Amino acid sequence: MTEHIATEHAHSLVQHQFEDAYQQKEAATLGMWAFLATEVLFFGGLFVAYTIYRHQYPDPFRQGALNLKWYLGGINTAVLLLSSFTMAMAVHAAAIGSNAKIIRYLVLTIIVGGAFLGIKATEYYIEYREHLIPGLNFAHDPPSEEEVGPFVGAFEKVQGWFDRVVPPRQKEEKRSDTEEMFFLFYFIMTAIHATHMIVGIGIMLVLIWMAKHEMFSAQWHNPVENFGLYWHFVDIVWVFLFPTLYLLRQP
Amino acid sequence: MTAIPYSPDYAAPQTGRTTYLNATHTIRSWLLTKDHKRIGILYMISITIFFMIGAGGAALVRINLLTPAGILSEPAQYNKAFTIHGVMMVFFFLVPSIPATLGNFLLPLMIGARDVAFPKINLASWYLLIIGSSFALSAILFGGVDTGWTFYTPYSSTFSNTHVVLMIVGIFINGFSSILTGLNFVVTIHKMRAPGMTWFRLPLFVWAMYATSLIFILGTPVIAITLALVAVERLLRVGIFDPALGGDPILFQHMFWFYSHPAVYIMILPSFGVISEVITCFARKRIFGYVFVAFSSVAIAIIGFLVWAHHLFDAGISVYSGLIFSLLSFLVAVPTAVKVFSWTATLYKGSVSLETPMLYALGFIGLFTIGGLTGLMLATLGLDVHLHDTYFVIAHFHYVMVGGAIMAYLGGIHFWWPKMTGKMYPEFWGKIAAAITFLGFNLTFFPQFVLGYLGMPRRYHAYPPEFQVYNVLSTAGASVLAVGYVLPLIYLLWSLKYGAEAGPNPFRSMSLEWQTPSPPPTENFERTPICSQPPYAYDLQTPMGSPVPTAAAT
Repeated sequence: MTEHIATEHAHSLVQHQFEDAYQQKEAATLGMWAFLATEVLFFGGLFVAYTIYRHQYPDPFRQGALNLKWYLGGINTAVLLLSSFTMAMAVHAAAIGSNAKIIRYLVLTIIVGGAFLGIKATEYYIEYREHLIPGLNFAHDPPSEEEVGPFVGAFEKVQGWFDRVVPPRQKEEKRSDTEEMFFLFYFIMTAIHATHMIVGIGIMLVLIWMAKHEMFSAQWHNPVENFGLYWHFVDIVWVFLFPTLYLLRQP
Repeated sequence: MTAIPYSPDYAAPQTGRTTYLNATHTIRSWLLTKDHKRIGILYMISITIFFMIGAGGAALVRINLLTPAGILSEPAQYNKAFTIHGVMMVFFFLVPSIPATLGNFLLPLMIGARDVAFPKINLASWYLLIIGSSFALSAILFGGVDTGWTFYTPYSSTFSNTHVVLMIVGIFINGFSSILTGLNFVVTIHKMRAPGMTWFRLPLFVWAMYATSLIFILGTPVIAITLALVAVERLLRVGIFDPALGGDPILFQHMFWFYSHPAVYIMILPSFGVISEVITCFARKRIFGYVFVAFSSVAIAIIGFLVWAHHLFDAGISVYSGLIFSLLSFLVAVPTAVKVFSWTATLYKGSVSLETPMLYALGFIGLFTIGGLTGLMLATLGLDVHLHDTYFVIAHFHYVMVGGAIMAYLGGIHFWWPKMTGKMYPEFWGKIAAAITFLGFNLTFFPQFVLGYLGMPRRYHAYPPEFQVYNVLSTAGASVLAVGYVLPLIYLLWSLKYGAEAGPNPFRSMSLEWQTPSPPPTENFERTPICSQPPYAYDLQTPMGSPVPTAAAT
């Protein structure tokens, strides 16, 4: 009897163009993979352009990477991977049909994803104070300690500790034009990535609303599952962005 | 004709029936429709408007070139005219033309589905087209863009004083319309086929749509990000593609053509699909070499991604990559020739009848063959150095895009007009228009081959006086061509009210889309069809989806 009700419930969510819930699920999943293929090519264009200029201007790009706080990027990588874990748990909760657990893990994912965005925003602020934003305030001479202020200075100090462990070679004081190009790529790529995360958080709020209304069941939970694919994809993009932008800093 | 083709829904009364057209009547019900057929009609109306704007640009270009000094008072106006023509025709007419109109309308009907997989996304992609085109049109209204449709850097990012960013935003948004259409089609073809509609029973139009959709999904995001980078460079004055700022203009050309060359196949592959459908129907024969034709579409899509740098032979790429891209470009000719051979072999010993769609299809074969063969000449590394950026190139791609894609689009519109509206177009005027289009087209573009061979460069508003006779011929041809395009617009609209009732299957086609009333009901089929017949079974007289499979059917 319970099973019968569940099937009835699942059936009511099948849109008119589909024969059954199975076909709908298959279509939705394939649609998401096709969308991710588009996304790969979208980011791919940026990575290709970046790689070509990294090859063409190895030194200015290296100098640019030296200005990034790689430990903040590293922490963010860990944070984002954690959010992937909570997302996977949400998909698992959907598979067993527990709306309460879906809500719990999606909220966790939003919190952890929000933490990522917070750290990223902090980095942007540091880069703003250090006059590294192309087209806005990029300066060829790094600002003095007083100019950047104590907040940003503290991050500089931490960076100094790390740099003592693996000292970067040949750090130049003066910034070149091409270094500005590095920062342009850095901001475009990370900003598009962050946009994807913000969109993702918006979708998660919708999913939470749906779960609150007990819409998901073990039979029907395509949105959660496919959103999981999206979230993991956004994660993987960062896993490529982090070494590409932050870690290529030695000659 | 001894056997009478089976027609499951012929019995259904033609008048008083609820169809997708008369199910609801309000404007709102059209603007918020999720029905793929209505969305196809919405696309058809909008791209017809874009076509007329693009044609206006072409008219300015042709009028200007009547005299060697140029008729428009300033060269800058000429640049804006050909940019309007290129941008509107490529991004807003040709790319969505067959896929988004005929494809949207026919794809679910052809595979026996009630709708595409994601009807809401389908509607969203039409709205993206409208939003994108609004940006593009506002760029034109605020004074136009003078970069050409290719947006070559650093001119577009640094020197041009026109509304480049606005235009780029329009094309960027429109790109997502293409992507969503492609995504929808891929999923629909994979997952929504009716029982028994196996991959090798699919109409070849559907195979062509599948190949096109792959390019939509994999190519379009690259042009989106490339043009976005141009806009960023232009707004922030930080180098990406401008050599003065440390950027690499050749990289722009690589990334631009990585999409824009496959986009050529976005425009021509659907046309191949239309021609395959029309030829089989009016030759009353199975298509010759079905599997080869089906796979040739996919092969063209795949190889099409590997040939982009043949647009850069003169731009400073190494001679070795030039050689490789030249060879790869030749490869595309193989699957393309497979198609042309298949059509001619299908015509051989067929019971050919020359209705209007067939005239367009035969015109297509001739014009496309010229366009394709001159493409091989341009793919030849040495010859291209001579012909690059001349009118020879213009003539070549207009033979493919106009002689090919638009002929096929018009042929397809005529062929499926009874399906879409239930009305017959006037056959006499249809034939006249097809003939005028064919003649006008050749008169317009054949002289351009000569001009290009003699060395007249493209995109110049003036030319040496000895070229005038060819240019006047070309402009005269363009006027004839315009008549060929205006005629269908008039009589097709006329036929909506005064055309003869077409009946469900006026061309006695065996394809599934004709085995339901015309115009179809909102749900397409009264019951899900079961497909146990081979495609194009004109020899067996078994239409796709007929309930009683004959013994001979496989």
